[in-house]
Amino acid sequence: MKALSQKRRHPLAAIALLLLGLLVTGGLYAVATTVNQAKADTTTFSANDTQEGAKLFAANCATCHGMGASGTKDAPSLVGVGAAAVDFQVGTGRMPMQMNGPQAQEKPRQFNDEQTKQLAAYVASLGAGPAIPDASLLDEKGNAAKGGELFRVNCAMCHNAAAAGGALTRGKFAPALAGVSGQHIYEAMVTGPQNMPVFNDANISPEGKRDIITFLKTIEANGSPGGNDLGSLGPVSEGLFVWVAGLGVIIAFTIWLTSRTS
Amino acid sequence: MSASSTAEVPFVPKTNVGRITNFVDERVGGSGILREFGRKVFPDHWSFMFGEVALYSFVILLMSGTFLTFFFDPSMAETHYTGSYTPLSNVEMSVAYNSSLNISFDIRGGLFFRQVHHWAALLFVASLGVHMLRVFFTGAFRKPREMNWVVGGVLLILAMAEGFTGYSLPDDLLSGNGLRIIDGVIKSIPVIGTYISFFLFGGEFPGTAIIGRLYVLHILLVPAMILLMIVIHLFMVVVHKHTQYPGPGRNDGNVVGYPLGPVYAAKAGGFFFIVFGVVALMAAMFTINPIWNYGPYDPSPVSAGTQPDWYIGFVDGALRLMPGVVNDFHFEYIIFGHVLTLNVLLPALVPAGIIFTVLFTYPWIERWITKDDREHHVLDRPRNAPTRTAIGVAGFTWYCVMWAAAGSDLIATHFHVALNDVTYWLRTLFFIGPIIAFMVTKRVALALQRKDREIALHGRETGRIVRLPHGEFIEVHAPLDDYKQYKLVGFESPSPLSAEPNEHGVVTRKEKRRAALSKWFFEDRVAPATPAELEAAHGHGHHEAIEAGEEQKSLSH
Repeated sequence: MKALSQKRRHPLAAIALLLLGLLVTGGLYAVATTVNQAKADTTTFSANDTQEGAKLFAANCATCHGMGASGTKDAPSLVGVGAAAVDFQVGTGRMPMQMNGPQAQEKPRQFNDEQTKQLAAYVASLGAGPAIPDASLLDEKGNAAKGGELFRVNCAMCHNAAAAGGALTRGKFAPALAGVSGQHIYEAMVTGPQNMPVFNDANISPEGKRDIITFLKTIEANGSPGGNDLGSLGPVSEGLFVWVAGLGVIIAFTIWLTSRTS
Repeated sequence: MSASSTAEVPFVPKTNVGRITNFVDERVGGSGILREFGRKVFPDHWSFMFGEVALYSFVILLMSGTFLTFFFDPSMAETHYTGSYTPLSNVEMSVAYNSSLNISFDIRGGLFFRQVHHWAALLFVASLGVHMLRVFFTGAFRKPREMNWVVGGVLLILAMAEGFTGYSLPDDLLSGNGLRIIDGVIKSIPVIGTYISFFLFGGEFPGTAIIGRLYVLHILLVPAMILLMIVIHLFMVVVHKHTQYPGPGRNDGNVVGYPLGPVYAAKAGGFFFIVFGVVALMAAMFTINPIWNYGPYDPSPVSAGTQPDWYIGFVDGALRLMPGVVNDFHFEYIIFGHVLTLNVLLPALVPAGIIFTVLFTYPWIERWITKDDREHHVLDRPRNAPTRTAIGVAGFTWYCVMWAAAGSDLIATHFHVALNDVTYWLRTLFFIGPIIAFMVTKRVALALQRKDREIALHGRETGRIVRLPHGEFIEVHAPLDDYKQYKLVGFESPSPLSAEPNEHGVVTRKEKRRAALSKWFFEDRVAPATPAELEAAHGHGHHEAIEAGEEQKSLSH
């Protein structure tokens, strides 16, 4: 103990302490950010999947992402993005990308389930990353109310409180979430596609993600209790409606009421 | 007058109902009032009915609002939701939000009444706005109605206040975000802002007092003031009598139309039910303010697409348009330890301030420029007052640019354009939009006047081409009937009024400014065809050019 108390005034003590602090912080961060990846190997792909995936990748993706998915100046490296990223991007038709733009647009998917799985297997084999979520997290039997709270705090600022979507800067946007499968919602949260941030398992737990999916599916299934939802866009669509339809009908009536005079 | 004549002839009612009616009538004089009011003449035109729509919307608001007060609890105490909407079950929320949800889901007819109330509120302010536009563009604000115009402006402000306080009551996320913006605007007022905010919210935002306070304003003070203003407004309508559009037999000394009783009263009464029906249909078929989507208020989340109701939209839009910094120039200063946030203060208060100042003072501005002290009961067709119409359209355009900016995010997502580009364009239009609108409107109005003049002089084109014996082709023009002719020629077209010396023989600087404005107002003008011109045009049988420089005579009508 005495030796330590003497050495604390050593000229290098501060540097040593700083190094120690950085190591601890960095180590903790590394542990925290790889929480997702612990499950990276839960989905098992056969060796055949990986091989077929490699062929599909070389034929369809390598132009931009490079051979071995190492990335080019046009597109990022896919090493370590995980099977979840591939399943989301290819499964929703965003990849292969139709054209360059502020963000990849959803479109009819170009690969079937089998091919998507093979591509995912190939990319997952390149480095550990978020895996395709387990079916138990997608059963839509979580706590919708809890999911609603998480959604409002974490998602509603871009996706709108009713998940109707919203604008981001410079032509980017957060899409509406109605009709998106639970699996894709989950994968989007863990991989952060386009301009979406990553919500890893330390940020929102897998159970929390399950609750969010439950919430989204509940409000989608519930529909609008008060009649046509006018796009769930809030006061703008309501204002537009009252001016165009409400006042329009009333003006038609005023013209009718005063048409038979003078 | 009539009371004395009825007193002379003793009236003996024959039936019981007659006896009761007579008993009441002898004490309150109802028949006299009825006779007087029943014979009051109102001209018929669809554009005259927006004030009525506003009045009826207000009645609907009073009725549906009373229903809502039976079940609404404006407390900000915390509770946990136990109602039937599962996506919120057991979520912590205020009692106010809880009771709003209960109204929506657990009280029979509650959601319908909430939606009736909200749609009627939107319609109320919308019809007020359209009514004011009608009054402005037809010049109905001129003497003797300047003060009623001001009362109408006060009503618009009160309606906005009433709407905003109501918007905030359910204490959902959307309304809380709206209140936060108001809080920010209040706090941006130099020196006193923070004090006002703390006074209003009973401490730091959001506090536990604001919903109860807004509730009192919403159901007591503001509606009482609106009611008072409506009474004054309608009283002045009765005193001034209604304006009328120009037409044969109509002048500033009469009102041509139908008497209130019985047809007009029946029509107006029926119209109430039409308005109620339209609102009820909207409420039954289209959801409005789905508070269950937004969740309870919590100061941390803000949903995409958070906007105020449409009538506050222009203020929100102005806030959205204001840049935070322009290159290196920023709008926030610290003066003696006080933060002066011009990028909130300017957009929140200045455009609204300009709009309402011009709105309230416009009748006097025009009166000063034109030196017109006569009473006007015959309206202007908007084209016949080109400069006024252009000013109105310019102001409306300015408003609409800010209004559109409140929906900039939805414009971006729905038209697939970049949010930034929408903002840049609207910022540009904020400055040049009104100018373009002014020039275009004035030219359109003058062109329409020229068209009117042309038709008055040469008749309507029939599309019949006739070949004359010597080979010339002409199109036959049919003369207008007298009614249509009157509409095209029976208006005033004042010419610029040059500066005149006052009683001391001095032409003051103010008078010179007035003369300059008068020139700007009336320099471009198309005079109505005079009787002499009409005579000349029609006397010759066909369309010979009439010298435009001929002396103009005003029509006596």
